[in-house]
Amino acid sequence: MNNLMTREKWQTIKSRYSIYLVLIAMIIVCNLLSPNFLSARNISNISVQISVTTILAFGETILIIGGLLDLSCGSVLALAGVLSVYVFKETGSLSLAFAVGLIVGVLCNFVNGILVRRFNIPAFIATLAMMTVARGIALLFTKGQNIYQIGDYVWFGQGSIGFIPIPVLFMIIIGILTWYILGHTSFGRSLYAVGGNEEAARASGINVGRIKVGAYLINGVFVGLAGIILMARTNVGAPNSGQGYEFEALTAAIIGGTSFSGGLGTAGGTLAGAFIVGFLNNIMNLAGVDSYLQQVIKGAIIALAVGYDMWAKVNRTRKTLGAAKLPTERKEARA
Amino acid sequence: MQNNLLEVRNISKSFPGVKALEDVCFSVKEGSVHVLCGENGAGKSTLMKIINGIYQPDGGETLIRGEKVEINSPIRAGELGISMIFQELNYTPEMTIEESLFAGRWPKKRFGQIDWKTIRQKTLQLLKQENLSYDPQTKLKDLSISNLQMLEILKAISRDADIIIMDEPTSSITNKEIEILFEKIADLRARGKGIVYISHKMDEIFRIADEISILRDGKVVETRPKDKFDIDSVIALMVGRALGQGYPKEDVPRGDVVLEVENFSGPTGFSDISFNVRKGEIVGFAGLVGAGRTEVMRALFGLDPHFGGTVKVHGAPVKVRNVQDSIRNGVVMLSEDRRRYGIVPIRDVKENVTLASMEQFFQKGRLHSARERSRVEEICSKINVKMASIDVQVSTLSGGNQQKVVLSKWMLQDPDILILDEPTRGIDVGAKFEIYKLMTSLVKEGKSIIMVSSELPELIGMCDRMYVMAEGRITGELDRAEFSQETIMRYAMNMARKAV
Repeated sequence: MNNLMTREKWQTIKSRYSIYLVLIAMIIVCNLLSPNFLSARNISNISVQISVTTILAFGETILIIGGLLDLSCGSVLALAGVLSVYVFKETGSLSLAFAVGLIVGVLCNFVNGILVRRFNIPAFIATLAMMTVARGIALLFTKGQNIYQIGDYVWFGQGSIGFIPIPVLFMIIIGILTWYILGHTSFGRSLYAVGGNEEAARASGINVGRIKVGAYLINGVFVGLAGIILMARTNVGAPNSGQGYEFEALTAAIIGGTSFSGGLGTAGGTLAGAFIVGFLNNIMNLAGVDSYLQQVIKGAIIALAVGYDMWAKVNRTRKTLGAAKLPTERKEARA
Repeated sequence: MQNNLLEVRNISKSFPGVKALEDVCFSVKEGSVHVLCGENGAGKSTLMKIINGIYQPDGGETLIRGEKVEINSPIRAGELGISMIFQELNYTPEMTIEESLFAGRWPKKRFGQIDWKTIRQKTLQLLKQENLSYDPQTKLKDLSISNLQMLEILKAISRDADIIIMDEPTSSITNKEIEILFEKIADLRARGKGIVYISHKMDEIFRIADEISILRDGKVVETRPKDKFDIDSVIALMVGRALGQGYPKEDVPRGDVVLEVENFSGPTGFSDISFNVRKGEIVGFAGLVGAGRTEVMRALFGLDPHFGGTVKVHGAPVKVRNVQDSIRNGVVMLSEDRRRYGIVPIRDVKENVTLASMEQFFQKGRLHSARERSRVEEICSKINVKMASIDVQVSTLSGGNQQKVVLSKWMLQDPDILILDEPTRGIDVGAKFEIYKLMTSLVKEGKSIIMVSSELPELIGMCDRMYVMAEGRITGELDRAEFSQETIMRYAMNMARKAV
């Protein structure tokens, strides 16, 4: 009995912290491969590089935990960014521009939430539609032209407080916020339940619809912020920016242990996942790996990470249920 | 003497914690209908799943036409001429009749394309032969349940099945459709097929059976030709076991009516339900599977909608639009389907227990972690949940402990009225007894319990009063003094008038 309990505990610890072990192993290997890797400058560079997609990844983490997802974040980011830049150029007010960026992100995601909640459109499809619509609006609004000479706006992407670059600071704040929401609020608790078993959550008196919309609204704030940072970093209000970022964000979340079946995932895991991807890109660049090959390697790593996750889960289920029960389980799942 | 088409000898099967079948012998003769009856959980479905190769027996042997065989998969069963028609039909809604008839064994042309022409021909031929007038291109989603059943029978015939197993085929079809089904069964019998028919509907059983076997607690207690049985003896054999002993039942003074339901009707298949529950009372709901008990309770708890009737809690009419309303009224429900409605399996015990009472631990959206831990540990040790710690995933616990986690969740709410729907389903004997004890201590604290169960002995053992349902309506109300398995079964089969 005692033996069994310690084994269970060890299983839990292993599955909970394995991602950090991977991260540490990666740092060691990278350091051996390239002596420049651990320099403060390189680490700082990597952090700035991953900040935008990591902020998006925190939003995706919250959504995936609730059994949802957002394919539109790359486009909404562009829309929020260009509108924010536009407002800054018209008014010269940084705070107003900042507010507009966030509001646009939230509004788009409010629509996502309503589509999912009221009209029961699967999250995948609702946000796929939003992806196209938001990109279209961004292009319409700017007539497809970039907005240049954005002046002081670049502070959001290129400034720093002390030695910490602003994008990294935002990334840390959003990370802490995500950690707090997920682990320390009743909203976070409900979110895990909704993603883990929506029916049981409903039968426990949780307002499932409100939780789902809430998750999109939070994601909206993150996406809006990411848009502001990206425009400022690249020094231009570009309606075409952020393409494919949704997949970068999903990659970080998934490698960080967020389960696509919902109900599992942490802010720390996602941050680690983002750094793993960031380190991987960095070390492949430092080692001069062909950029096309880099894509192949990144894809393979996603498949490995998720494959391991699923394999471990099936293994665990088999151990707890005993093989005899599996056929019935399958039948229930079908019905 | 007819030949045995199928015979099983001394079949046994255990699941973790349960002995599902013990030394079962059973046979089907050529050109006959063998009815298998028994209460819910007697082992009927397990036996059929063994014959169909879904489960492997722990011991015993199976013979087809006198030859020993090993049936290790449903595919093998099919090859041996066994075809099973499940109670819950699984089908692909977008398939057409002809596609589905030959699914998995579509005739092929030379380059591997499906030979639709042959399929059409064969389908039409089969339909003609069986006197059915379906259009081969009708999609399955456009067929009624009885038509789907007929299609399953057709499939069995087209596969040259000799042994056809039907698991409660009439549970969801109309009387007229039952007649058509019975004609078909008579026809199959005349053609020398062997039919195993599972049912607990007395009138049907006596209409079509040649032989009847009664299964109880995993054993065949009696097999005889139909004319050696009558309804009373079948019912007595189905239920005949020690009554209401060994239940930790105590007499608790009953108080005022705390819950009053009047003319409650809903779209999920129940109507005109009226009942009441007093303080300190355990009220049972008996009935066969599909009688509508769960549906009533789900609607009462706000999980399903209802369209008529009033609900009064402590004398005051209340609205039940959703679960939140119900919890606010002090009514909670433990669902029969624990995995689906009870637990969030991948989250830990602590989160599952506080799921319905988060307002107690989150103030202004902030978690009071220490208070949460101590409350959860307190309640779990009171209910005796066996686990390594409150941080383990609920999915790693046994069924009984999962059930206790769900109970703990509701105990945190300190409700006045608990609806327990099949509280002891799928859990071992020890855990069952603990749940009974908990029920007793709850009513002693002045709470009230509605207990829905398909196990008559536990209802008889634990309840003060009982309502019996059949076909979506309440057909009887019994006081503790009137409890007997026979009476309850009669009400549950809606035969009270005929028999008395």
